[in-house]
Amino acid sequence: MDNGFAISVRNLVKGFGGFTAVDNISFDVRRGEIFGFLGANGAGKTTAMRMLCGLSCPTSGSGTVAGYDIARQAEEIKRHIGYMSQKFSLYGDLTVSENLTLFSTVYGMSDKDIRLKSDMIFKTLEMEEMKNCLVKDIPVGWKQKLAFSAATMHAPDVVFLDEPTGGVDPVTRRKFWELIYQASSQGITIFVTTHYLDEAEYCNRISIMVDGRIKALDSPENLKKEYASGTMDEVFRIVAKDAKRGD
Amino acid sequence: MPVFISMIKKEALHLMRDSRTMTVVLIMPLVLLLLFGFAISTEVNNVNVVAVVHRHDDASRELIEKLRANPYFTFKGIVPFCEVEPMLRKGEVDAAVILDCDKGATAYQIIVDASNPSIGQTATGYMESVINGGMVSPVSVRTLYNPRLKSAYNFVPGIMGMIFILICAMMTSVSIVSEKETGTMNLLLVSPVRPRTIILGKIVPYFILSCVILALMLAIAYSVLGLPLSSNIVNVVWVSLLYIVLALLLGLFISTIVSTQVTALLVSGVLLMLPVIMLSGMIFPIENMPSLLQYVSCVIPARWYISAMRTLMIQQLPVSYVVTEVSVLSGMALAVLFLAVKKFNIIQ
Repeated sequence: MDNGFAISVRNLVKGFGGFTAVDNISFDVRRGEIFGFLGANGAGKTTAMRMLCGLSCPTSGSGTVAGYDIARQAEEIKRHIGYMSQKFSLYGDLTVSENLTLFSTVYGMSDKDIRLKSDMIFKTLEMEEMKNCLVKDIPVGWKQKLAFSAATMHAPDVVFLDEPTGGVDPVTRRKFWELIYQASSQGITIFVTTHYLDEAEYCNRISIMVDGRIKALDSPENLKKEYASGTMDEVFRIVAKDAKRGD
Repeated sequence: MPVFISMIKKEALHLMRDSRTMTVVLIMPLVLLLLFGFAISTEVNNVNVVAVVHRHDDASRELIEKLRANPYFTFKGIVPFCEVEPMLRKGEVDAAVILDCDKGATAYQIIVDASNPSIGQTATGYMESVINGGMVSPVSVRTLYNPRLKSAYNFVPGIMGMIFILICAMMTSVSIVSEKETGTMNLLLVSPVRPRTIILGKIVPYFILSCVILALMLAIAYSVLGLPLSSNIVNVVWVSLLYIVLALLLGLFISTIVSTQVTALLVSGVLLMLPVIMLSGMIFPIENMPSLLQYVSCVIPARWYISAMRTLMIQQLPVSYVVTEVSVLSGMALAVLFLAVKKFNIIQ
């Protein structure tokens, strides 16, 4: 990461036939930053994120994630990122510790590291009694914390969170964000999409995507000033009012 | 390698924790084998038969004794001619034999209820052989490969052809698609695991499970149903393994074209299971089908597998007699593999 950016994107375009899902976006994310990626449904967030994760190839434009080229070094990128998806996704019929072992093995961690790291996670999440429970039996708030821990266990450079807090109450969400801050303080860059605009305030900087383009990008304070609004909610509504796509 | 092993372990845990599916998968082949082996058979037993005798003589008495003694018949007695039709109509008897002795020569007539043609035909055949048994027939019959004409011999290859499609194709496709549905597939795809490791990790446990089931079925076929396996067992096993691989690839292919578990189940159920039962020759002989359906049956893997199994298991012929079947199965496996890989890469 020579330029000091964890993610750096220039003129990224992704088209499907005649439809341009992501239309010429450019932005940089600093190392250790918490970057909020906002947008209405259908604005192209997920498509953009898939390109950054090395899951799909850009139609044109370029970008690097963790210093690797998104078009040519997808395999390297996968090794250096963590991912937690919109829907809760760990294996429900595996136990808590089996899930952690599986995902850390997949990222090439040694058995010893896995044991040390798992024990640490159980301690910080206070899940020691639950480690042999099947994941489908534990409450959803715990599942999300666990999924986040699984995504950051291999100390990735960047972790992508795709609507990580969908369907949980504000208290659990607050606790979840504490985990995010903790990871960020350890130098992990956080790239997070969310629908909750109060969560957007927790980010260092946010971008708002409308119809495949980035319409606004700044810190929450500056955006509120720029759009003369009291809350991110209002900012979002002003920025996204011309949206043609979405529901 | 540790990644590959952990993927297999994960899949095995999924399988074993799903105890209901596991039970069904292990019990079903056995139940089917025993059911077809013992309960359901195309042999006709307990044919209810009456005799109408106009005048008793030695020949008629001898025939009636034979009918009484024959295990395939239940002899219901001698009745007057006028009662035969009402009895047939009510279904109390399936057949009647009418003896007319005149000046030392006996004329026979068989009246048979042919509302079920196969029972009617078989019963007639039995009775003819009983009647002819008394005389020296100019035709000598040798039934090769299945001297006692046991229908289990016919069903075992068919059930094997069906079970492997069910377990391999249906279960693999459902398990891969379920990961797409729950989103865990995404989690694996963004990780450094190679797609082919993911797929192999999914397939290997089902392959092992199929091998266990193959062993179980062969053991039952040999010990309980008395199929002659011993001399050709190696060939039976490797042709079965080829078929298992083909079924797994079919499952993989299905999982690349559908996106929900329900569709996966329907596609493998309707597109694979039904043709296997109807068109593979398992129950209905292919030779009796209209020629269009005979062509259709050529694309059904089970047809070739079942035919190969009949040759190897029952006829006990060497592998050179199943070259066609084996090459068709291998060709299909390669084609499906090619399609599945191509399709899977597009999804990437």
